[in-house]
Amino acid sequence: MSIQVADVSFAYGAHRALEQVSFTLRPGCLNALLGPNGAGKSTLVALLSRLYRLQQGDILLDGQSIRRHPRHALRQLGVVFQQSTLDLDLTVRQNLAYHAALHGLSRRAAAPRIEAELARQHLLERQHEKVRQLNGGHRRRVEIARALLHQPRILLLDEASVGLDTASRAALNQHVRALCAEQQLTVIWTTHLLDEIHDADPVVMLSRGRVVASGEAAELVRQQQAADLTQAFARLSANALEATA
Amino acid sequence: MSPHHYLACMAGILQREWLRFFLQRSRFLSALVRPLLWLLVFAAGFRAALGVSIIPPYSTYITYETYILPGLCCMILLFNGMQGSLSMVYDREMGSMRVLLMSPLPRPFLLLSKLLATALVSLIQVYAFLAIAWCFDIRPPLWGLLAAAPALLLAALLLSSLGLLLSNGIRQLENFAGVMNFVIFPLFFLSSALYPLWKMRESSEWLYWLCALNPFTHAVELVRFALYQRFNLTALLVCLGLWLLVSLAAVLTFNPQRAAVRG
Repeated sequence: MSIQVADVSFAYGAHRALEQVSFTLRPGCLNALLGPNGAGKSTLVALLSRLYRLQQGDILLDGQSIRRHPRHALRQLGVVFQQSTLDLDLTVRQNLAYHAALHGLSRRAAAPRIEAELARQHLLERQHEKVRQLNGGHRRRVEIARALLHQPRILLLDEASVGLDTASRAALNQHVRALCAEQQLTVIWTTHLLDEIHDADPVVMLSRGRVVASGEAAELVRQQQAADLTQAFARLSANALEATA
Repeated sequence: MSPHHYLACMAGILQREWLRFFLQRSRFLSALVRPLLWLLVFAAGFRAALGVSIIPPYSTYITYETYILPGLCCMILLFNGMQGSLSMVYDREMGSMRVLLMSPLPRPFLLLSKLLATALVSLIQVYAFLAIAWCFDIRPPLWGLLAAAPALLLAALLLSSLGLLLSNGIRQLENFAGVMNFVIFPLFFLSSALYPLWKMRESSEWLYWLCALNPFTHAVELVRFALYQRFNLTALLVCLGLWLLVSLAAVLTFNPQRAAVRG
């Protein structure tokens, strides 16, 4: 599914969080949305997930405006937020069943999907455990299973690897890439941890609410004549700062 | 989205509220202890001080415990309505509100389903309280218990909507305690829950009018009349009208932006 962000600006009162942000994401693969804290990534996630109303510009999913068709957009979207949104006192299965019901799935329709998603995440045997008993990595997997229950075409992960240990981070990253390949999911992966990005990944870099670069990760490194993506990002951010000064 | 999807969604919200209620047994116990203390301790002390004359819907002299029973049922609804809104603020701060808002069903429907879920859980607690009161010989007519169910549901919906409206105006969880004191106590004490309004009029005309205009008074009277299989049209119209008005205001002032994390 194609995603086009067109000329989006957003302000919290006098503070402008996004300034004429435009980019197009590549369907069926992991698209990285990079930027330091405060770059505007979470604002963009909130706009995509309809928690915020668009103030200016538009976001198009397969050419359809989310402003005009917000409910269509929410049907296409699975979201894993940075802050866990699982109910810790409910079991894994109860959390998933609640999400399925919110998407209008009856118990009978939801049951096989819950089992399939949990099996895919290797969590089927833990379905009756309370979420509180799971570690951070497993909780993230439950959230991914939940986000995929209603069979969305876009998976949005907002800093999903924050707080995980190195092994869990790598496993999560690998797992999401496998999902892209298996299900042709379009993944939006927001992060400030640049080591999670592969050379061939399409990347959008945000700094102070503006797009400072977009393109394939390896290409951006080459353009900036940098040693790696971290250096390339530092140069691009510095250039952007100079331009706005 | 078909009606079938809406039903599945509402059933999911009701089930979650029931599960949360079932898991929080202490919340259930405290919801029962509060009115029981009023019924068994406060009322015993005040029985001698307060004489209650024959007033509708009662056809004979009644004990003070019998008089305050409907008011205490509504006290449970009031506390639960406010607690429901407290959990909305908590859900908003903890992030679980976002799960609800990611549903593709219309947000007014989601909020009204949540209000219905809170109201139904309150009803279970009221009937548990009535069952205990029954054991202590405070017994409204048996059919009245059934007739009171729609009145209790309407009162519960009104008070839950009021709670949601209040939670929309609260920015942080910590601010909630103050609002509870400024809302729950005036609503409860300035009503006919503990004393008939003619008694209040004897002591102060303006206090009487405050009580008469208090929506909680009408909720109490609606339940009181229904418990004795009598119909109070004024109370019904006030509760129904206010419920529609407050729900509409709560839905319109609900701001999903508060459920998001700024960054």
